[in-house]
Amino acid sequence: MAGLFMIELKGIRKAFNQGKHNEYWALDGIDLTIPAQQVTALKGPSGSGKTTLLTILGCLARPTEGRVRLKGEDISGLPERFLTEIRRKTFGFIFQQFNLVRGLSAIENIILPAYPEGQPRKDLLEKAEALLAGVNLGHRRDAKVEWLSGGEQQRVAICRALINDPAILIADEPTANLDTKLSKEFLGILEKLAGQGRTIILTSHDPLVVESSVVDRVVTLRDGRIVDQT
Amino acid sequence: MRIWIEKQKHLIDFTLASLARRKAKNLGLLAIYTLLVFVLASVALYTHALRVEAQKVLAGSPEIVLQRLIAGRHDLIPPGYLEKIGRIRGVQKMEGRLWGYYYDSVVKANYTFMAPRDMKIERGEIVVGPALERSRGLAAGNGISFRAYTGELHTFIVADVLPETSELVSADLVLMNEEDFRAFFKIPEGYYNDIAMNVANPQEVRNVAIKLLTTLPDSRPILRDEVLRTYASIFDWREGLMLALLSAAILAFGIFAWEKAAGLSAEEKREIGILKAIGWETNDVIKMKFWEGLLISLTAFLVGYVAAYLHVFYFGASLFEPVLKGWAVLYPRFSLPPHIDGLQIATLFFFTVVPYTAAVLVPIWRAATTDPDTVMRS
Ligand SMILES: Nc1ncnc2c1ncn2[C@@H]1O[C@H](COP(=O)(O)OP(=O)(O)OP(=O)(O)O)[C@@H](O)[C@H]1O
Ligand SMILES: [Mg+2]
Repeated sequence: MAGLFMIELKGIRKAFNQGKHNEYWALDGIDLTIPAQQVTALKGPSGSGKTTLLTILGCLARPTEGRVRLKGEDISGLPERFLTEIRRKTFGFIFQQFNLVRGLSAIENIILPAYPEGQPRKDLLEKAEALLAGVNLGHRRDAKVEWLSGGEQQRVAICRALINDPAILIADEPTANLDTKLSKEFLGILEKLAGQGRTIILTSHDPLVVESSVVDRVVTLRDGRIVDQT
Repeated sequence: MRIWIEKQKHLIDFTLASLARRKAKNLGLLAIYTLLVFVLASVALYTHALRVEAQKVLAGSPEIVLQRLIAGRHDLIPPGYLEKIGRIRGVQKMEGRLWGYYYDSVVKANYTFMAPRDMKIERGEIVVGPALERSRGLAAGNGISFRAYTGELHTFIVADVLPETSELVSADLVLMNEEDFRAFFKIPEGYYNDIAMNVANPQEVRNVAIKLLTTLPDSRPILRDEVLRTYASIFDWREGLMLALLSAAILAFGIFAWEKAAGLSAEEKREIGILKAIGWETNDVIKMKFWEGLLISLTAFLVGYVAAYLHVFYFGASLFEPVLKGWAVLYPRFSLPPHIDGLQIATLFFFTVVPYTAAVLVPIWRAATTDPDTVMRS
């Protein structure tokens, strides 16, 4: 069971501004299973709820209704502290805007998620250097992140997502800010990560991503519901 | 435990990096903060040392000083008074004192001239306080002339310079032989400025004072305890004045610090969101900011306090000498013996470090407890 499904969602609904005049149900009854060690892509028109679904899958937000199981364990009712720990140990995030901390160097950004674990700094730096080398960015180790190009920033963000060696990677619109060449490079990295046996969930409008051979499953959303799964 | 230490090290690392990123803002804050601590600590150290000093001096002074009043003004004690007092019980020791003020127009300063009883000074010689040594460049063997109130010039040889032990009192002293003194101020034999008395039993002091008043109705006994109280209230008053001025400054600083610390910039909020999203706990964020506040306020406190210490004890509190001292013109380099009070440090620490650290934490708490999913939509 645990080996089969990484994440299971049952009857997920998510409301914004609940109880107010502008109440809005961004997700409206989602049943979804995310298989382990596969690449799942969420697609759908703008506003269909892809990002919202991703925040629930990645334990960044709690659903208004419904159950979330992670490796078979129900985590819907856990308090924020535990969710934070799960996030840190199980998930790596690659945000659409990369969300690097400005003013810090590439390597310092990469080791940030590991601070709460209290590993010695030396070990962390070694690990981060290896990750940077893996995405051909070793020479930009000490560059401030605001001086990096979009593609380089994304690769730093990928390294940061990997520093705690998470089982699941979450990426929101990973190619939205990249040109075709860089998008293809990203897919190359994605393939490598999938090959390492990681579970990957991403959202995308981009046919290049959704139709790529790296993606194992495509889930289509519309108005907060799943309309198609392949 | 090891993990905990590593974690704090990481947090401090990150804090230092954060501080370095907002250099201008943090340095400005640090500068103003340090200045505030400096001024507060200077006032506190100065008045405290002054008070301790004054008490020390007065502790060695006689229990009662008797003055004679004519038409409400201080006048010379005529012959015969010493004998009359000698019959009052309880008075252990008494002496007529000779002292007067002299204005030196060369350096525009006042000196206190005295003819001491317990010190043998040859005719034509004087012993001067350290302030004169500095202001007039005097050393043992030098000659100096003073113009008496009669207009005639008196010349003296400096026999010695007093040690700097208690400058508050001895700095502007000029000690001379009794006959020289009488000649200089034209005070006839048998007359004195006042009479100093020692009373063995402290319980007796008031009774002796009452007896003095009945025996010598034109006299005014001044009790040491009263002088001590007057001094204390003068110090308190001056300190209060300074503190009133300062509280305005503190208020301004408070508003400034609150704005700097409490008003989180959009950038900082975004950062906190990122840190939370990638797995920092609310606790970690708050600890990090706590370190930030503590580093700034502690640095300001230490630098400000040390600067104040140097200012007061090595540079003669030159910045607010005019306000705090004021009763003597002379003291070109007035130096108080260093004196530190633990309670005072603790009070100062409490009122500077604690509020700032708290002011930093309040808004962070709010920011750090927001939902982490907001970073997905920036
Ligand atoms: N914090 C919020 N408050 C109110 N409404 C929100 C909030 N976040 C999202 N929504 C709404 O929920 C709906 C789904 O948003 P979501 O970001 O999940 O869509 P999406 O599929 O990711 O769109 P896009 O392709 O543009 O990124 C949208 O209509 C959006 O306006
Ligand atoms: Mg989206």
